[in-house]
Amino acid sequence: MQLTQLVNDAESIVTSPAIGYDQKVRRLAALAVSALRYPPLSQACQEALEKRIICDMFEGNRPYTPRYVLPDYAKALRQGVKHLELDPPQDLDDALSFLTILYGHVPSVTTYPVYLGDLDALLEPFVPADMTDAELDRTLRRFWIQLDRLLPDAFVHTNLGPADGRVVRSIFRVERSLRQVVPNITLKVDPEVTPDSLIEDGVRTVFATGKPHFVNHPMMVRDHGPGYAAVSCYNSLKIGGGSHTLTRLNLKEAAVRQHGGLEEFLATGLPMWVELTAELMQARITSLVEEQHFFADHFLATEGLIDINRFSAMFGIFGLAECVAEVLAHDGIHDARWGHDERANDAAYRIVERIADLVAARPQPYCTGGDGAAYLHSQGGIDLDEGVTAGTRIPVTDEPGMRQHITAAAPLHTHFAAGISDIFHVDETAVGNPQAMVDIIKGAFEVGMRDFTFNLADNEFIRITGYLVRKSDLVGIDEHGARHGSDYLAAGSERTFHLTERAVKRVGAHELAPRPSR
Amino acid sequence: MSSLRGLVADTLEFSAVDGPGNRFVVFLQGCTFDCLACHNPYTINPCVDCGECVDQCPSGALGFTATGAVTWNPEVCLQADHCHAVCRYASSPKARHLAVADLLEQIRPAAPFLSGVTVSGGEATMQPHFLRALFDAIKADAALSRLTCFVDTNGDAPASTWEVLDPVLDGAMVDLKCLDSAIHVALTGADNARTLDSIARLASRGKLHEVRLLILPGRNDDPQLLEATGDWLADIDPRMRIKVIGFRRHGTRPTPIPLVEPSRKHLEHCADIVAARGDFSVTVV
Repeated sequence: MQLTQLVNDAESIVTSPAIGYDQKVRRLAALAVSALRYPPLSQACQEALEKRIICDMFEGNRPYTPRYVLPDYAKALRQGVKHLELDPPQDLDDALSFLTILYGHVPSVTTYPVYLGDLDALLEPFVPADMTDAELDRTLRRFWIQLDRLLPDAFVHTNLGPADGRVVRSIFRVERSLRQVVPNITLKVDPEVTPDSLIEDGVRTVFATGKPHFVNHPMMVRDHGPGYAAVSCYNSLKIGGGSHTLTRLNLKEAAVRQHGGLEEFLATGLPMWVELTAELMQARITSLVEEQHFFADHFLATEGLIDINRFSAMFGIFGLAECVAEVLAHDGIHDARWGHDERANDAAYRIVERIADLVAARPQPYCTGGDGAAYLHSQGGIDLDEGVTAGTRIPVTDEPGMRQHITAAAPLHTHFAAGISDIFHVDETAVGNPQAMVDIIKGAFEVGMRDFTFNLADNEFIRITGYLVRKSDLVGIDEHGARHGSDYLAAGSERTFHLTERAVKRVGAHELAPRPSR
Repeated sequence: MSSLRGLVADTLEFSAVDGPGNRFVVFLQGCTFDCLACHNPYTINPCVDCGECVDQCPSGALGFTATGAVTWNPEVCLQADHCHAVCRYASSPKARHLAVADLLEQIRPAAPFLSGVTVSGGEATMQPHFLRALFDAIKADAALSRLTCFVDTNGDAPASTWEVLDPVLDGAMVDLKCLDSAIHVALTGADNARTLDSIARLASRGKLHEVRLLILPGRNDDPQLLEATGDWLADIDPRMRIKVIGFRRHGTRPTPIPLVEPSRKHLEHCADIVAARGDFSVTVV
């Protein structure tokens, strides 16, 4: 980057009337990182990155924090935090204060903590038996308002369940009454453990706030062990660990650079592109750990609240729908659409299986959390992705009926240990019958879905990917700015995709990191 | 498995408005009533093969057999429903004679996502032996036996029909168009004696899931009538589930007397009148 461009960009950030002080600080920091040299890459990798066939999610030229960090908050509450001079809390007020302080010191690529802990399990032991539900609601309501105002970013995420309890019920009541964007919520669902009435409570909360997102707990435990959480936007990772980085492959771009059909794409195309994406990932992980020494210095690591051995990195893919159409067209098949046609569905399954095999067989440094390899992730897209479908989704407006949609998507879910998002929009009739959504969620998990998100077709809250915005927060954002950092990203998505104007079953998705300018 | 075939108007894989939880719905063709407010009048009668709709079909999905029966090809049908619009017999060329096994094949892939199956119509109870055979087959199938079997009915069925269904029926949702027999005749073309009897009979067996009151402003919403309705229902079961539903014009035919859609506020007022007569669980939709 030329110095004059750096100066000009900095100038436009500090003088912008449309972003507030906090946003300016973050964008200036991102601008500075963009002036640093990139970790060394081969020429082929460099070219693929410049053409955005592979992508680093604009995390910045030199990573100095892992993308997503999931502190072991339970351990912190047990042993205290020396760096912050915090003793183990003795009561509920202590615990809430302790966590609030700790959140302020948890790094991530968004600069906000993407994981707040499994708050029901963390707080349940601190709730005195003689505390009434009304008192508990009042206490958690204050805490919830604090979270939204102190951490104004919709990637901030807590997990609840799978077990029932007083805290999870209180949190759902508070959520429905406050209708805030922050925090995002995942409910872990285990059909053996989670009562229908708790899932139904979650469904009622979705009707009010678009949250929670539901995950298939047994499938997550199979892949990560019991110590996992869904953070940011459908990123399932190990607690006490996280993800160093997210690099992603644009399958549409890979397919259009390919002359052969499906068999050739599987045999020679995919191995090349997966390797280039993996090379980018390896360079970034190595730089984070060996040049910036994150794990040597940070108190979360030195006090054992994170362990590098519980980290891996996320290998993202997107544009599967266009990729399938492209490679099948090379085979002379022009009428097969992903989600609608068995030939297209079989191609989609084979492409994803092939990628999963290649990623699992490609060693990555410092990825013990993934048994030495990256986690596969169906990447929800960013606001620059035009003409390409997020992740492995069936394109918006082309989705088949819900049962067929679930049945088509479910076989892919097993491969994506680090999460996959298929968002369903349901009509208002579900509001009068929440048990119907409970049936569908449990059925989706029974047929092998990992993640399930739904929203009402006409809700004040819209999901851009895993993160939520309120439509009313997007009005006038160019003129006066916004309170939540994520609102800016959503405004970009809304301009690009007109999400709120579409009469569709489901919105698009855009996950993004802070970067200097677009 | 029974080889009985039923005359089926349509099926719906997922429904949130046809009983508890998510349900597969089978709509049978044919009804004992001819309601002014019917929102799917093309299910009232069987097709008489007059053929008037065949030329009207924009997708060319309709035709004739060698013997002159109307045929429908679902593969090319664009669901324009011109056939329903032009039909003078309140019927449809799309109703098909399906075997129990045909329906089971449709239900099976949806089963993991369901609380149960609801048979609606038309009038579900006009084909009691097919209904019994379908529910028997569901209960006998290991993968489907957990599904509950419901009917959505106008209640206009003889006692013998409920006897046939009793061993396999888990619940019934009964429409009560009006407690007053004369008004009932005006609204439906038939009296309500069998409906009232069915409500009492199903309740006594613990199989009355809910009673639905369709409100037609100016026709069946007189406050005294609603009070009497509440009293009559409370005598049967004071804790009954009651759903108060507003008339909606969508899908209905032109009527000789004008029908008006009630406001939400008016519906809630009607619901309050009924609710005050018992300890009901009343919802308004």
